[in-house]
Amino acid sequence: MGGARPLHPGRWLGVPMLLVVLATILFAAPIRIYGLQLPEPVFAMVPAFAWALIRPSILAPFCLLVLGLFLDLFWGGPSGLWALSLLVAYATALVGRNMMTGQSRPMMWAWFAGVTAVAMTGAFLFTMLDSLAMPSLLAVFWQFLVTALLFPFAHRLIDRFEDADVRFR
Amino acid sequence: MPFREGPLGDLKVPLTWTAAVALIVAVVIAVAFLLADRRETLQQQAYGVTRQTVDTVSKPVSGVIAAPGRWTGLGVDAVRSYFFVASENRRLNAELKEMRAYRDQYLALVDQNERYRSLLGLRTDPPIPMVAARVVADSRGPFANTRLADSGSEKGVVVGNPVMNERGLVGRVVGVSHGASRVLLLTDIASRTPVMIDRTNARAILTGDGGPNPKLEYLRGVDPIKEGDRVVTSGDGGVVPRGLPVGAAVKGLDGRWRVVLFADDTAIDYVRILLFKDFAQLADQKALLTRSLPPVTTEDPDLSILGPAATAAASAAPKPAAPATTGATTSPAKPATTPAATSTATTAPKPAATTPPKPRAATPPAATGATPPGGAI
Repeated sequence: MGGARPLHPGRWLGVPMLLVVLATILFAAPIRIYGLQLPEPVFAMVPAFAWALIRPSILAPFCLLVLGLFLDLFWGGPSGLWALSLLVAYATALVGRNMMTGQSRPMMWAWFAGVTAVAMTGAFLFTMLDSLAMPSLLAVFWQFLVTALLFPFAHRLIDRFEDADVRFR
Repeated sequence: MPFREGPLGDLKVPLTWTAAVALIVAVVIAVAFLLADRRETLQQQAYGVTRQTVDTVSKPVSGVIAAPGRWTGLGVDAVRSYFFVASENRRLNAELKEMRAYRDQYLALVDQNERYRSLLGLRTDPPIPMVAARVVADSRGPFANTRLADSGSEKGVVVGNPVMNERGLVGRVVGVSHGASRVLLLTDIASRTPVMIDRTNARAILTGDGGPNPKLEYLRGVDPIKEGDRVVTSGDGGVVPRGLPVGAAVKGLDGRWRVVLFADDTAIDYVRILLFKDFAQLADQKALLTRSLPPVTTEDPDLSILGPAATAAASAAPKPAAPATTGATTSPAKPATTPAATSTATTAPKPAATTPPKPRAATPPAATGATPPGGAI
């Protein structure tokens, strides 16, 4: 293995997971000021995108599954909805991994927005099948917008761990 | 012994392929979860133990996180009331003057309503006990609109209880654990609430779609609604009591009728859970079911289901006998609660009273069905 130090999963999977859970709980605070509420971004999209780019892994899909199930239980939605949507986003990023690595920051942002759009479309379709009703497109777009703004966190996560193990360059 | 030193140490599998297999397994598990989900039903067992545990754990955690926001709100209120006390006092005085007139009118109508009810011998709704609860977490995405309230099974909350704030209906309870209950908001995609337009009594189903203004679907009647109409619960189906304020009707950008919820006017931190049970739930179902009917026989008139008395009457007057007996069985049941009505029932001679009281006994329930919306709440 030469000088390559194996990267502990707790560092690139565990810590981001914990941060996502904390941020989700924080943004679920019931606050309304002058009729305006906090936005509700899907923080879990950050690791779903970044983990696929950092390296292919066996643990990452299961971490996303757990994260998605937590989102569903905590938000009170249909269980499995976000788990499935995050895995769809992860799969999309994994497939497009070769095209994405090494791109400029704005291009990566566009890719992140694209992967987020795939996840939201997936969630939209799964909800339609599960509840037999069409969710409000405006509400879906609003959540997509605030989630797409989270790219700097994904960029930081990728930057931090992309070169952590030379075998995956 | 480390894995690489074992017999499988030299086994090489492409990492991308193993990752893809792991991904597919995870997707299959997620699909299984989604297919097994039944969160919108009214059954207690549909809300699994996992959900109850998550709610119980997240209640104190979210409660701590929500506290600074609540304190900030209280602080802002305190500062605002300090600086704007004079103007607010003027506004409140004007409002009080207006409200006094409404109060007198209200008392007169309550009195009138009571008299009508006693005249008709209606069984009135029992008062609904309530439980106050604080909202500790609030999800507002397009796919889930729920709130976590900090009162649960220990206070008698059960699945299906309607939830209100001081202005109007918020939603209903879909999951209860010890110390916490999950409230499905009217705006959630899975939410369906039977409502009516207060002005026209037209029925509709309030359907959430994840946006702030739920839709009015299956709206019936000719010209049933116009902009600004007050929408209240209809009580159909027995889950929600009749007459709870819901919101005002507006025409959406998509041309559908939608509702601006009254509950959105106020802060979201406190709610009231109505421990509501409808008549169907209050009635002794066992007693209703165990009633045994005589066998239906047409061969032997003595064993008829109408009984010997009825058959005797039937032999005297074959055609009007059936309405006469039904009139005799329904009318004593209703006037039993009202002294005025019982006196008429006892004094009125039976053959003379048979034909006229029947249509009257049949019409009042329909008429009362139309009158209470104004005075119900």
